Amino acid sequence: MTNLEKYNKTFTETLGISEDELQGLEYQGISQWDSVGHMGLVSAIEDEFDIMMDTDDIIDFSSYEKGKEILKKYDVEL
Amino acid sequence: MNFENILEIPPYSLNKEDKEKLLNDRLIKLTKFHKENCPEYSRILDSIDFKVDSIKSYKDLPFLPVRLFKELELKSVDKSEIVKTMTSSGTTGQAVSKIFLDRTTSSNQQKAMVKIVSSFTGSSRMPMIIIDCPSVVKNRMMFSARGAGILGFSMFGSKKIYALDDDMKLDVDAMRDFLLKYKGQKILLFGFTFMIWQHFYKELIRLEKEGVKFDLSNGIMIHGGGWKKLVNEAVSPEEFHQRLNNVCGLDSIHDYYGMVEQTGCIYMQCECGHLHASIFSDIITRRPIDFSECDFNEKGIIQVLSTIPESYPGHSLITEDEGIILGEDDCPCGRKGKYFKITGRMKNAELRGCSDTYAAKFK
Repeated sequence: MTNLEKYNKTFTETLGISEDELQGLEYQGISQWDSVGHMGLVSAIEDEFDIMMDTDDIIDFSSYEKGKEILKKYDVEL
Repeated sequence: MNFENILEIPPYSLNKEDKEKLLNDRLIKLTKFHKENCPEYSRILDSIDFKVDSIKSYKDLPFLPVRLFKELELKSVDKSEIVKTMTSSGTTGQAVSKIFLDRTTSSNQQKAMVKIVSSFTGSSRMPMIIIDCPSVVKNRMMFSARGAGILGFSMFGSKKIYALDDDMKLDVDAMRDFLLKYKGQKILLFGFTFMIWQHFYKELIRLEKEGVKFDLSNGIMIHGGGWKKLVNEAVSPEEFHQRLNNVCGLDSIHDYYGMVEQTGCIYMQCECGHLHASIFSDIITRRPIDFSECDFNEKGIIQVLSTIPESYPGHSLITEDEGIILGEDDCPCGRKGKYFKITGRMKNAELRGCSDTYAAKFK
């Protein structure tokens, strides 16, 4: 599985949504991605890529696209 | 000055003069904003003939009673902007406050809290034991203060477990496995004061008699939510600390004071046992007779001011708590700003706080 596929999988599995909903998806944009869903999503991403995000990045992680940018800081190329 | 600028300043770095300048600017701006955007708030200001342009200091701003958020749905943004509604903790049958958050306010709450708590825990995230049950954060539509507290602090945890099951029983095996797995690492423990006492401390005492002992000397505990029940059981903060230390070696224990009406701006207890106001907020104690400002070391009703609230007019509130401001800028811990202690609740005040309302069930 490519990193992008893994990244997408964390969203679809944690939030219970389909892949075609991912583009343009924003934090608080759907009911599943609320603050509880957010912490679940962060843990899933951390487990998947074996990284630990800084608190600032957890807060800045405000959309599907923004998450990709943040992952670059942790040497995860999507 | 907008909130982004304030976030760039270390949270306990400003002396009295600089902090007052910052608060005057931001809080007067917020008052104008809410007057323009919240019709109820505007009518309240009109009814007391308050002219925001005529004041020089944030100390002269009107303060809303926290109870008002139970009676009125106060918001300063359109309903469509609201992403989260938080409710205060209340005992059964009590009305609850409703606090409406838009994206900006919600995110600023988290950002402020990260700055404040990092000053005590360091910036790296740690394995975390939440001394509560997992069901507290399950109801996502209406967020209780208890759930919000847990979730807010969860940000500081890397791997997390809930130490209690939904019957509020300590999961001994899970705790043991978790501590073994993260042996030698700094562990964060978070919970509400009474729950920690009733379901964690008392259980550890019982286990000790059976020969089971946990070593939490590497732990840092943050707890809050009210002392009322423990005061009735004659447990002082010092004793709470001492007894936990005896049973599991915990030494770094920080109480905090905060409320759902001003989430994000919590007042953390420092190494010297004092609660501290960060640059994001301030506290004023007032005399019940005429609401004039108390001197340091004089007991009064607590007014809280927060630079965060934009989606609801909650930047200046009068609580039903009593406290004493002990000093400003000169706490031996080195943090600037006012430091204080809470002495209790006003007579006839409603029971509030995640710890106290829960404890009301234990007669």
